Amino acid sequence: MDSRDQSESPTVTEQNPEPQASPDAGAGFPHPAISIAGESAARPAKRSREIGNVELQGLNAYYGSNHAVRGVSLAFDSARVTAIIGPSGCGKSTMVRCINRMHEEIAGARSEGKVLLDGLDLYDPRIDIVAVRRSVGMVFQKPNPFPTMSVIDNVTAGLRLTGASRGELEERGHQALVGAGLWDEVKDRLKAPGVGLSGGQQQRLCIARALAVDPEVLLMDEPCSALDPMATLRIEELIGELKERVTIVIVTHNMQQAARVADTTVFMLGGELIEVGATDKVFTNPDDERTEQYVTGKFG
Amino acid sequence: MSGAESHALLLDRGNLKRRNRVNRLVGVSSTIAALLAVAVLLIVVGSVVSKGIGALSFHFLTTPMGFFGDTSGGISNAIVGTGIIVAIAALMAIPVGMLVAIYTTEFAPERIGHAVRFVLDLLNGVPTIITGIFVYGLLVAGKQQSGFAGSVALAIIMLPIVARTAQEVLTLVPGALKEAAYALGIARWRTLLRVTLPTAAGGLLTGSLLAVARVAGETAPLILTCSIFGQGVLTEPGEALASIPIFIFQSSESPSPEAHTQAWAAALILIAFVLVLNIVARAFYARSRKRMGA
Repeated sequence: MDSRDQSESPTVTEQNPEPQASPDAGAGFPHPAISIAGESAARPAKRSREIGNVELQGLNAYYGSNHAVRGVSLAFDSARVTAIIGPSGCGKSTMVRCINRMHEEIAGARSEGKVLLDGLDLYDPRIDIVAVRRSVGMVFQKPNPFPTMSVIDNVTAGLRLTGASRGELEERGHQALVGAGLWDEVKDRLKAPGVGLSGGQQQRLCIARALAVDPEVLLMDEPCSALDPMATLRIEELIGELKERVTIVIVTHNMQQAARVADTTVFMLGGELIEVGATDKVFTNPDDERTEQYVTGKFG
Repeated sequence: MSGAESHALLLDRGNLKRRNRVNRLVGVSSTIAALLAVAVLLIVVGSVVSKGIGALSFHFLTTPMGFFGDTSGGISNAIVGTGIIVAIAALMAIPVGMLVAIYTTEFAPERIGHAVRFVLDLLNGVPTIITGIFVYGLLVAGKQQSGFAGSVALAIIMLPIVARTAQEVLTLVPGALKEAAYALGIARWRTLLRVTLPTAAGGLLTGSLLAVARVAGETAPLILTCSIFGQGVLTEPGEALASIPIFIFQSSESPSPEAHTQAWAAALILIAFVLVLNIVARAFYARSRKRMGA
């Protein structure tokens, strides 16, 4: 652990534009921009996005009596990648799972505070949880394609409940696979079981599955922790391509990964937000002593 | 620690020697126990085959029983009757058992799930003669015996088996799959139908087949509910139907040696049916486990 972290030299060469003020549009829900998933793949880079801005206000999350996230206020700006780092059990996954309301699926779990998507509180009682999850997609630690479904059925699983026509499903499935950089590898085996793919391909299949419903935000909870270095690299490249069309929030244990992919890095400790800033600043010149100790491998 | 001392520790003596002996003892005795279990099965199957194979013939399988004491007939009416009684029992018990399992694993609060599980285990432990008496009092006393009454009794016996095995299989479905579905905005019931049940399908089928195999040979409840039947191949569940277990029971009670041989032959049919069902069930289960990554 030590040697790895000390050898770390943050090679952040990406530009880190100043976070643009998130337009507090208070847009209607669901988003007006529900469009064919793949269209965005062809969108010109860096369109000025007015959707996909997430803001946490005084977020607290609990598992029974365990207070896992303590009063976090934070904004995730659209068209950017935000990495959440911190030692195990610091609440980073829990915080992220509050954004698509997956936290409440766990028995005994609850949360307080606000999660705003473009100004709209996702915890408002009038909000439909299905709409939340379609606007905020998620990719998990371990690739989890549905074992009874083919590659293409996996990708379109989230779409099929909308009653889309067969042709539309095929089209959007295709676009999502292209978007996830998987099309060329699976175009001849769309009908083969999704679990027959390699681990890295399975994870990109899961990304395609999440993209197919055209979310505004994509949460990634340690998406590479079960993958080999080559597959990890492929996912990281993909993250760079995807950030033009979705706001990406990635939880990672791997600090080099945060340095490679993220525009903004958030450091959490003991359920609290310790520091948030441009990635190169957090890794080279953090404001907080604890951040410094963590990124230099002194603990964690 | 010096070299000599550490070498001394490697020698097979004292404490280590004792541990090795215990290890061997446990290994040998458990192997013998396992062989005994296999031997019991082989002896039972072997004796049934050797004593029953002689009376087995096409005629035996395709002719209904003769009058009492007449051993020129066969068991076609018993095969048909067992088929009908067990099929109706399965139609009642399997859907209910599946729904019970789905309720306890997917919807019930943990405490209620535990309670239901416990009740099912108790139900599973009820002697089948008690189930038979219960159904006798409910459907037969004051009316008449019927294939349907037999089916109800068998369904009550099947229900906890189906529900418990289905519960075990459903809890094996990885939580990550349901999580993935929920995160896509797929509703709970839809996740159940599209993800959970298809993933568990093989195992669910296994549980149902095992339950069928288990009740196909049940005798006590049928003696009370469905044992006085007419001649010929009967198919109307409203009246009492013949069945293989009752045929075995009645033939073995008979003084005639030919009837005894017929009882063995019928036992052979029954045991073959149960073995085949078990093997098929295993195959489905193996397939299902592969799917769930177990």
